[in-house]
Amino acid sequence: MSSVSLTNPTNEAFADIKEEISAEEAADPTKKKLGVLFWICVAWIVLVALAATFASLLPLPNPDLGNYNSAQNAGPGWGHLLGTDDLYRDIFSRLIYGARVSLVVGFGGALIGLVVGGIPAMFSAYRRGRIDTALNTGSYVVLAFPAIVAVIAIVSFWGKSLFKITLVIGLFAAPLIFRVVRASTLSYATRDFVLAAKALGASDRRILSREILPNIMPTIVSFGLIAVATIVVLEGSLAFLGLSVPPPTPSWGNMLNEGSSLLTGAKGQTNPWLVIFPASAMFLLLISLNVVADKLRAYFDVSDIKL
Amino acid sequence: MSGRRLLEVEDLRVSFATPRGPLRAVQGVSLTLDQGKTLGIVGESGSGKTVLSRAIMGLLPRASTTQTGSVRYDGTELLNAPNDDLRKLWSTHIAMVFQDPMTSLNPVQRIGNQITEPLKIHLKLSKSEAKETALSLLMQVGIPSPVERYEAYPFELSGGMRQRVMIAIALACAPRLLMADEPTTGLDVTVQAQILDLLSQLQRDRDMAMILVTHDLGVVATRTDEIIVMYAGNVVERAPTNVLFKSMAMPYTEALLKSTPRIAEPSHTRLIAIEGRPPDLLNPPSGCPFSPRCPYAQERCHVEKPPLVEAEPGHSYACWYPLTTSDPAPSSPQPDPVPA
Repeated sequence: MSSVSLTNPTNEAFADIKEEISAEEAADPTKKKLGVLFWICVAWIVLVALAATFASLLPLPNPDLGNYNSAQNAGPGWGHLLGTDDLYRDIFSRLIYGARVSLVVGFGGALIGLVVGGIPAMFSAYRRGRIDTALNTGSYVVLAFPAIVAVIAIVSFWGKSLFKITLVIGLFAAPLIFRVVRASTLSYATRDFVLAAKALGASDRRILSREILPNIMPTIVSFGLIAVATIVVLEGSLAFLGLSVPPPTPSWGNMLNEGSSLLTGAKGQTNPWLVIFPASAMFLLLISLNVVADKLRAYFDVSDIKL
Repeated sequence: MSGRRLLEVEDLRVSFATPRGPLRAVQGVSLTLDQGKTLGIVGESGSGKTVLSRAIMGLLPRASTTQTGSVRYDGTELLNAPNDDLRKLWSTHIAMVFQDPMTSLNPVQRIGNQITEPLKIHLKLSKSEAKETALSLLMQVGIPSPVERYEAYPFELSGGMRQRVMIAIALACAPRLLMADEPTTGLDVTVQAQILDLLSQLQRDRDMAMILVTHDLGVVATRTDEIIVMYAGNVVERAPTNVLFKSMAMPYTEALLKSTPRIAEPSHTRLIAIEGRPPDLLNPPSGCPFSPRCPYAQERCHVEKPPLVEAEPGHSYACWYPLTTSDPAPSSPQPDPVPA
């Protein structure tokens, strides 16, 4: 990079110096790095995802059926790694199967939100006009409605299957994603390079996919991950209210719900582990998602690179 | 050598809808351009030259502008033509080099990608053919070690290099008309001359027509065949380049030329600026738009707008008291630099 051979050294002197500076900047080893914490968090998310995906292949006891030879409400131990609940079920197994619900609803909902909210947002922001005004207003209207109340209402009427919950939450995430994607598309839609691409005869679809999308991708990825985290919490809240997947299917939210009654000794027994483990699992997943999102955003933030 | 008529603009008017009323950015501009010729459009900021060039290209947003008149490229009407039709002309017939090379390249795409894209879309070149063409283009625009630069991102290049890349992209599909909208504004003075020379050379090599938009009369002096001077959306003077510099008629043209710093002058010579500001296009002055700032303005200038008249063949200007005729204009053309 630094071996710049220019034809006319006197005239090109300025360009030469500038070039060397920018080349040095590009090769600077103290450039932004993602850091160890980022990779630990990624590893955790991947681990949880893998465990949830291949749960049926793992040597785990059935999460829905208790083993009545085991102790009831046992703490962590060798037979049952994280102990058992009051129905003699293995908590570790239930946590891993429960991760399926959280991950499917979280990533699935965010994906639905991105497709339903994000893609129209890009066209809307790029083309502007009446359609943009209409969609924009529409997104405000939906956002003004408290999502959790709406989701509770719809789910309790329509049914509580995993697919339905994912779909409903995804649709309610869409207007928020619409707003974020629209805003970041807007900030690029009027840039010179977009006009330059247009002047070269690029079609609208091409401009959106090749010129604008790569630029807003960092925003989409990091906001998408935050959306996943938010949806995981939302699903947890629904499950806590008994409005997520029906028992005995485990989810972190309904494990919390079931465990909460054993916190106070209302059933004659107390077992704080029943709350501690699902809560910790959720906490770790959420903090991982947030750290990854934040680090990615900072990593891709080009505001301190000269454009 | 002089080819056929490539571009014909007739009475082009562009106005933007604003909350305070229509802003008339271009007020009836006519021009013609033959193949292989260069036309300079000169004027200060806000004179409508960028709007004019974008209107010719058809790049202005349709929703917020009203465009009337006619822009014919090789017999085809471009003004208000559907975007799909324009898209077929863009890049293969008309291409544009933008003002600021720092923002005109996509920051997250490699240089090579950005050059090969139009080649692949418009000329249907294969990936390897496109790469070959792109490398030869980078060579033609004087980029050292093009193979390395092909893989580089825009931020790894200096401003001058980026503008060379922009020129390579614009020339990729061998357009017959190149619009260069202040191609050197964002660049160092040393690089400016190189870029302009490069443009002129490429234009000669390819027998391409070029419209060079600039605020600097010095830039167009040696590189154009004809010059149009714009002020407040109007053409105020139009002449072949040599005629314009020999006998400029419009006081504004003279003022523009005077406000160019000269190396021959002793250091610390006060740079003559044009007094006042360009007029508010929403509320233009009555009479000649330049009259409030014109050192020669007389009663009539403030009241009646001078039409653009062709005084000599090829040389037209819009002025009641042109400089070349022995008029009752003040003998000293130096305006007092201290505001009254």
